Amino acid sequence: MLLPAMPKSWYLPTKPHKFCPGCGHGIVLKALGEAVDELNIQDKTIFGFDIGCSLLAWDFFGCDSVQTHHGRTTPVMVGIKRSRPELICVGYMGDGGGYSIGSQHLLNAAVRDENITLVLVNNTNYGMTGGQMAPTTLPGQKTETSPFGRDPETTGYPTKGPEFIAAITSDSAYVARATVSKYKQLKRYTKNALRNQMENKGFSFLEVLSTCPTNWKTNAQQTWNFLEEEMESTFRLGELKTPFGKGVK
Amino acid sequence: MEKIIGETKKAFITGNEAVAWAALAAGADSMFGYPITPQNEVMHYWTRISPQYSRSFLQTEDEISAGFTVCGAVQSGKKSFTATAGPGNVLMQEPFGMAEAMRLPLVAIIQQRGGPSSGTVIYSQQEVTLTAYGGNGEGHRIVYSTSTHQEIYDYTIKAFNTAWKYRFPVFVLGDGYQAKMREPLEMYDPEDKGIEMITPYPLIGLGGKIGVDREPAHFCNIYSMEEELYDVVMQFEQDYEAMSRDVIEYREFFCEDADIIILAHGVVSRAAEDAVLILRDMGIKAGFFRPITLRPFPGQQLRDMLSQVKPQKILVAESAMGQFAKLVKNEIYGENIPLETLFKPGMGIIDHDIVEKVRSIF
Amino acid sequence: MSLVRIALAGEGGQGVQAIAEILAEAAYHEGKQTIYIPNFGIEQRGGVSIAFLQVSDQKIGAPKFYKADVIIALSERAVARTAMYSDENTLFVHDSGFDPSPEDLPPVSKQVLGLPAIEIANTKLHTKVFNIIIMGAVIGLTNVVTFESAREALEHKLASKFENDPRLRELNMQALEIGKKMAEESLWEGVEHNA
Repeated sequence: MLLPAMPKSWYLPTKPHKFCPGCGHGIVLKALGEAVDELNIQDKTIFGFDIGCSLLAWDFFGCDSVQTHHGRTTPVMVGIKRSRPELICVGYMGDGGGYSIGSQHLLNAAVRDENITLVLVNNTNYGMTGGQMAPTTLPGQKTETSPFGRDPETTGYPTKGPEFIAAITSDSAYVARATVSKYKQLKRYTKNALRNQMENKGFSFLEVLSTCPTNWKTNAQQTWNFLEEEMESTFRLGELKTPFGKGVK
Repeated sequence: MEKIIGETKKAFITGNEAVAWAALAAGADSMFGYPITPQNEVMHYWTRISPQYSRSFLQTEDEISAGFTVCGAVQSGKKSFTATAGPGNVLMQEPFGMAEAMRLPLVAIIQQRGGPSSGTVIYSQQEVTLTAYGGNGEGHRIVYSTSTHQEIYDYTIKAFNTAWKYRFPVFVLGDGYQAKMREPLEMYDPEDKGIEMITPYPLIGLGGKIGVDREPAHFCNIYSMEEELYDVVMQFEQDYEAMSRDVIEYREFFCEDADIIILAHGVVSRAAEDAVLILRDMGIKAGFFRPITLRPFPGQQLRDMLSQVKPQKILVAESAMGQFAKLVKNEIYGENIPLETLFKPGMGIIDHDIVEKVRSIF
Repeated sequence: MSLVRIALAGEGGQGVQAIAEILAEAAYHEGKQTIYIPNFGIEQRGGVSIAFLQVSDQKIGAPKFYKADVIIALSERAVARTAMYSDENTLFVHDSGFDPSPEDLPPVSKQVLGLPAIEIANTKLHTKVFNIIIMGAVIGLTNVVTFESAREALEHKLASKFENDPRLRELNMQALEIGKKMAEESLWEGVEHNA
């Protein structure tokens, strides 16, 4: 049997991984794994995994890692990075952890220009707890806690994380949004988000649009359509802030 | 270790300043904190003194963050601590819970204020339950309840060693009075008293080539199966019981022939000791028992004393509505001694209060 | 010396905490046991500020007390606020610049005394040494520390200010002395009056 090549920094004893079929996490984690390999930072990278589906990756990498509480990965990474600046600290979280319960940590870490990298996976719902409405749920989108569709009149509009982070960070911060449907771009942005920390430039934030067919209750075609059409028309892809120059490979 | 105090010296300072000096002398690398009265001066002194010794500070966005940054710092192998009170202590229960679950050597100074809610910024002993058993766990924590500035200094130093030796979160439980008042104490560098400070060690960022020299270090606090969690918690319980023998501390005062035993902790013990002397002058044989560690509680020691002394009554005095009394009752279940109480939630207790209470029941 | 309990109260900015701290330091340097605790509330500046000071030759127990040996109240509100700390053994002192209303004064006290501290500060010295006059008065009333150690503690506390402006030293030391004498004289008058 021919298996696709796994990044060297993935931890084989914990594979195959525990994500649902059709979930985008595996793609984000692959981009992260390849970026860590290519930047040759496996031995000094510390991953922090938030609660939510993100935590299923707590032993995913052949890197030291800490699974934290819901929303609290950011302060744990801040504590580690400030204590051991030589380590590369990467927080991995979902939209609920980052934009809702952990938003005060995200905002203040960004304002303080903490030299850490945060990768936030946006799949427009709370996956692990069974598909509730998230800050990123699209208007009209049905979830377990918005069964008639999200009504912006009563629950507001989707949170645009990178736009908000870009507005409050320093010039040397890195802020971008990628998607699991454009792998080359995703990997390039992931590398940039890590390089920015390696070069001590400051806060680095990457949101990745991702899929959740289990809770979206979609088939493969519908899943991809929702990602590429519905989500991308609300959440625009690209580098909002980059000290490396846009489009640099 | 770096000398901070130099020659052992007397000082006349506030309890909060004593905390800052003790943490420095204990070799703390960093403090993470968020303003709340009455602990603010711990941060104020730390931010002024610590840079001279290349120690760091971060004022975080809230107490939740302060607790979690300390969790990160200790995981990376640095001695780190925080200080809080009241509603801040409530918020910090979340990171304290993670420290319990992941056996992190976190140190926190709690200067109790009045509650519930914002309460007062002044004083209470109402954070006993929260500090000893807060969170959704089993209270696998170590809590030192201090009564003088000397003890604040001594136990802040000791807290770092206990935390790093046994890997349970350690709390120094003070209060607003102890935080704000000035009284004399002796400050020293631990090694001058023969105290060997434990060198901190990292749990992550261990160096070497992963996959060649070592396996990756993966830490979690969530489990898929109830059996997994059960095994973890039972192991903690076993470790906790095992270390309790070495960690438990208490004080007895005139208990041997006592007809009434007064139980108090923290700053109220000062009033209780004075009350014992006054009562003895009046011809009432009073004694005093004080747990210094509220967790683990000196339960066996208390029972042993009671069965030996056979007092007619016990009086529990505290500045709360029975939080400490619950700990006591839990430990002496089955003893057949009438238990009287003097509860003044959020209010100071002085010797006079205890003397009057004893006279009214004796 | 047996235990002396003092409550000093005034408006925020009248400097009662500063003098309680200096007195506590002076007692500490004399080798006495001492505890000073400020009342601290949610206000940074407004409101009545109270300092609780205890000095003794023996170890001191609880940091607070219910009844003071001496209360010094420097404003009308401070009189009302501290009346509760007075009993039949309490010397209750207020500034004589105002007449406290009878319902504000403590129902029980050993003696109520008015001291013209504000007036003397304003007319003879300077408003900013008002609290040092009061500090001198505390010494005159209680002998809680010696005049010498109070001078030393003041010197220590205000060292940098004195360095910048040596005239301040003289002003402060004068205030201390005037306060002490004023208190001693009032006590004597009080005794005669009572007799």
